[in-house]
Amino acid sequence: MIMSEEKKKKIEESSEIEKILESSRRDFIKKAGIAGAAVLAGGAAIYSGFRHEKAKNPGNMIKVLTQDNRLVEIPADQVKGYKPGTEVFTSRGREGIKGKKWVMVIDLSKCRNARKCIQACQGAHHLRPYEYHINTLVMQESENTPVFYMPKPCQHCDNPPCVSVCPVDATFKRQDGPVLIDNERCIGCRFCMAACPYSARMFHWQEPKDAIADAGLTYNIELNVPQKRGTISKCLFSSDRLRENLLPYCVSACPNGVYWFGDENEDAVTNGTTKETISFRELLKKSGGYRLMPELGTKPRVYYLPPKNRLFDVDDEDLKKLNKSV
Amino acid sequence: MKNEINNGHLESVASDILRPVRINNKGFILWMGFLFTLLALCLYAYTTQLRKGLIVTGLRDYTSWGMYIANFVFFVATSLVGMLISSIFGLSGAKWIKPIARIAEIIAIGFAAVAGLVIISDMGRPERLPFVFMYGRVQSPILWDVTVVTTYFVLSLLLWFFPMIPDLAIGKSRLPGRPGFLVKAYEILSFKWMHQKEQYKILLKAVRILMILVIPTAFAIHTVTSWLFAVTLRAGWDSTIFGPYFISGAFVSGTSALIIAMYFFRTNYRLEKYISQEQFDKIGKVLILVSVLYLYFNLNEFLVPAYKMKKFDAIHLHELFSGKDAMLFWGIQIVGLIIPVILLLIRRLRRPLPMMVISLFVFAASWLKRFIIVVPPQSHPFLPMQHVPSEWYVYKPTITEAAITLGTFILALLIITILSKLFPVVPIWEMAEEENETMVTVVEQK
Repeated sequence: MIMSEEKKKKIEESSEIEKILESSRRDFIKKAGIAGAAVLAGGAAIYSGFRHEKAKNPGNMIKVLTQDNRLVEIPADQVKGYKPGTEVFTSRGREGIKGKKWVMVIDLSKCRNARKCIQACQGAHHLRPYEYHINTLVMQESENTPVFYMPKPCQHCDNPPCVSVCPVDATFKRQDGPVLIDNERCIGCRFCMAACPYSARMFHWQEPKDAIADAGLTYNIELNVPQKRGTISKCLFSSDRLRENLLPYCVSACPNGVYWFGDENEDAVTNGTTKETISFRELLKKSGGYRLMPELGTKPRVYYLPPKNRLFDVDDEDLKKLNKSV
Repeated sequence: MKNEINNGHLESVASDILRPVRINNKGFILWMGFLFTLLALCLYAYTTQLRKGLIVTGLRDYTSWGMYIANFVFFVATSLVGMLISSIFGLSGAKWIKPIARIAEIIAIGFAAVAGLVIISDMGRPERLPFVFMYGRVQSPILWDVTVVTTYFVLSLLLWFFPMIPDLAIGKSRLPGRPGFLVKAYEILSFKWMHQKEQYKILLKAVRILMILVIPTAFAIHTVTSWLFAVTLRAGWDSTIFGPYFISGAFVSGTSALIIAMYFFRTNYRLEKYISQEQFDKIGKVLILVSVLYLYFNLNEFLVPAYKMKKFDAIHLHELFSGKDAMLFWGIQIVGLIIPVILLLIRRLRRPLPMMVISLFVFAASWLKRFIIVVPPQSHPFLPMQHVPSEWYVYKPTITEAAITLGTFILALLIITILSKLFPVVPIWEMAEEENETMVTVVEQK
């Protein structure tokens, strides 16, 4: 991987792996000395002395792999868990993962409205049962055409109407495809909701479900947690999972093999249920993939495979819902 | 031009117009007390919204813009009357507007100023308002709106103030028994005006420039406001004529507001001599003109999509024409637009009282029209609404929401009251000049 010095620095800062304190032993003594003398003369000095003694023990060294693939040995007790702050999450979250173009393919012939995707999503994003980043709808295109279930996440449009209208750059399009929302920036004008033809966005009209429990959490823009009252929330393509090379929450949770997810640049998508990986373009070609309302010119990154050869029928209750909603 | 001074005439005009300029009479104190009490209640409603969030409104994920946004559009619309009267009629040389131009500007100031607050009432995070200036992105119509509404407010303020400078100079020595601060304010704000020919020349030139500048600004504020909707893909908003449709509608609501204000000032300030039958007759004709223009745009806005009945347009139009919004839709068109036009065509009805009553209907219908423009297109999105609480399907405004909306009207009324109570509502020098056929050039009397 080739990257600029600046990028390297950023990634270095932001690594979630254990960060290594590379200070030498001498540095360490110096630091400990200053800290001890300056502030907590007594206790701190004893404490650092103790740590110093421990560090001298050669048996307590461990080997770690640095960011640039060097194997180094450091004292075990100098390894600290590294927690990135909101600014780190936000700067890397706004940038995205270089070289990727995430796509999702939803196979409508497989969906039987298990709603596991919705539950997994709501669990991850701390939402109430009626607050959706992804919702499964009962659909019928026209009178004599079949009724089917359609999971509807944010379409992560390449020409996103929501992003154009945002007055403060709170919602934005990333280089790797997802459209994200920064709830530290959102002013709650809801212009993006008005602009979205897929009704993919939700608003926190009241205190979010876990507002109290989440109070101390560092805001992660890729997870949009903690959620915030008076701001927009939406499907994020599980950008936090993508950063860890994992499939999105909804994709992994599906029991019916509905979701394929992957990288358009690599031309590979993986099924969340079977874990089978195949060619993205082949899949679309073979099964007649399409996008929702392409006439609007929004260019979604979510593709659908038509609901053909379905082996099960739509629930009666859901049929009623369909009639009510039209 | 001769320095003709008809002091006797000026004195009578000045005393007529300055008579209501007082703040210690019972009526005024009661009125202000009433406004402030109501405002306090409305502010309380707003504090509950601040505390609990927008959950206190009837807004939910599908209809996420409701009464507040409709109210915002209405306020921007009504403020356009300043430009219509001062600039369009003023620049065309219409003399009959002189006594009412300042009232139109006061309405413009009041409504434009409060429009900004109305939009804040809709924000989920009002404390982040500065973000609009810190992180503003030019491609968002909200930025355009903020810019032009502010500009329009400032221009309207200047258009109200500049032509008033000679009046302040006339007034500063003719306000016996008024509080000292008011006289002092007149003295400071009149900038030592000497009533020189040269000064009038400069003043008229400045006002003329402002009158020209305010035209594109006024068109911009309401066109941009219409684009908040027209730039989206929703059926019912996705229209190419939204700009002129909104502007013509704005003239209707603004003119009706002006007529109501004219009636009030005429009777309460006893200005029958200045805001006379002629003014009512002419402004009545203006209301006919703008209403017919608005009807024409309505015809285009509804008939053309109704002829084609595209899938989503059809759902929207059926709701309006014969569905759950039909009563409101036809009520607004008939009671708020067609019947007023017919009535105003009758000369006998173009008199102060009947016109005021007609205008009340037009004014109320104009507000409801904004509601019907904003709300219904959101209740039938492209993808069906499912698996949400049943009260999310239909938007029902709450009492809190209504109280906050009422509060914005109270605020506008407060601004209008203060401006019209502390300063002359009819230009004294223009009225004195009117009948004299000469520029008033008064040497200040000590």
